Amino acid sequence: MQKDELKIKLSELLPSAAFEEGAEWPTILIDPRVWTDLARHIRSGIGLDFDYLFCLTAVDWKTHFTVVYHLTSTVHRHTLVVKIRLDRERPEVPTVSDIWRTAEFHEREAYDLMGIVFTEHPDLRRLFMTDEWIGWPLRKDYEDPVNMIKL
Amino acid sequence: MIEDLGTTEQGELVVNLGPQHPSTHGVLHLVVTLNGETIKKVEPHLGYIHRSIEKMCESLSYRQFIYVTSRMDYLSSHINNHGCALCVEKGMQIEVPPRGRVIRVLMDELTRLASHQLWWGAMAMDVGALTPFFHAFREREAINDIMEQTCGARLTMNYMVPGGVMVDIHPDFQQKVKEFIRFFKGKIDEYDELVTENVIFKSRMEGVGYISPEDAVSFGCTGPTARGSGVSCDLRKISPYEVYDQVQFEEVMENGGDCFARYLVRMQEMRQSLSIIEQLIDNIPGGEFQAKTKAVLKLPKGEFYSRVETARGEFGVYIISEGGTTPYRIKFRSPGFSNLSALDHMARGHKIGDLVAIMGTLDLVIPDIDR
Repeated sequence: MQKDELKIKLSELLPSAAFEEGAEWPTILIDPRVWTDLARHIRSGIGLDFDYLFCLTAVDWKTHFTVVYHLTSTVHRHTLVVKIRLDRERPEVPTVSDIWRTAEFHEREAYDLMGIVFTEHPDLRRLFMTDEWIGWPLRKDYEDPVNMIKL
Repeated sequence: MIEDLGTTEQGELVVNLGPQHPSTHGVLHLVVTLNGETIKKVEPHLGYIHRSIEKMCESLSYRQFIYVTSRMDYLSSHINNHGCALCVEKGMQIEVPPRGRVIRVLMDELTRLASHQLWWGAMAMDVGALTPFFHAFREREAINDIMEQTCGARLTMNYMVPGGVMVDIHPDFQQKVKEFIRFFKGKIDEYDELVTENVIFKSRMEGVGYISPEDAVSFGCTGPTARGSGVSCDLRKISPYEVYDQVQFEEVMENGGDCFARYLVRMQEMRQSLSIIEQLIDNIPGGEFQAKTKAVLKLPKGEFYSRVETARGEFGVYIISEGGTTPYRIKFRSPGFSNLSALDHMARGHKIGDLVAIMGTLDLVIPDIDR
């Protein structure tokens, strides 16, 4: 599906979605509450088939977080970027590990390093850091006098 | 750990494989739950070599951060550098001169060959055949020598820079590579005779560690791991970069989905890489090897994503720029991390000895997983 077609299809599916302009791939900005339903739709919707989640990451914007999902379809070869804005005080977003299995590890990584809580995740524990670790290393306000070297 | 014991059922045994186990090829720690010898669950514990490269890159300039990426997947260091250089070039709209592009592809394919050679030796060693390891290292040494002559390094190359490659190829490069192709063509047939057709090896590999194409996609598997299940995912074909659309090669796919299929994919990929190198080695265009760029690179505000095909699969670089000289946030999508997540699914129900074979065909490089 072409970029414009995809945009039309997605705005039909979710009228509240905002599109971000100027990016390489169509990028939509959504609310965490609609994510699970939308994820199910774009995973198996006719003509969409976004079956491959190739990148999941979180960004700390100091005032809020965004969780970024890069999705592509191995059938139609189109790509979509989904961004979810999260509150800094309560960074919670529903898991998609039941829809894309790869999300299970990627979500654990985002939890471990950025402190994003993926609700209903089957096994949300630290992945790289030790269980006793305090703080979220990839956050911009993270300070560690022992382990951090300022360049 | 004591709490964990409470969750095991009667007759179950929890075995720690690694982090210092020869078959994990690095500091990978697997907690394996067994029933007798049958695997019930595999849980990777990561982080033993986590250096937080993503955080480090936030304070490094767009020229500096590329050097750190050689230390992730050290067997595909050229290709990692390549992905980063592509991403910076995308942001700054730098056009790489034709000579630079061809040299890049040549280096990528030589890296892929070297990586697959090491995998082949290590894979055979994992299932109990020690000799192939020495064969593979002998051939890999020839590539390392070629690399050393041009890049000055044997493992962490740091050769690709935004705009092209750092220095021109060594005057002997073409001749050396041609010699290597002649030499290695005979060797790869030897590889097949020695291991591929071996009955014991085949019986260890066939029907072990099956993953269906749907699951492979769902788990985010890429590279030979997914292509062994018949998933077309070669970025050199799907979204060609540099001169991959101008060379003739096939995307190797097998439909078995088991260890042997993944093995066959890599063996044939070596032949495809040789063919790409053969096509390009006499056709390196003249001219500049590097575009003229400013000393200090500044990416415009925005987001840039580049994807390249490493020896293990899809490597992605996601740069978020605020317009400064350093990235605001950088994310590396490493192929090994997603491939590893499928290990549990592949290994369940098999014997513990097969786990080593399955891990071997995933071709895991731990610094790439941990970053």
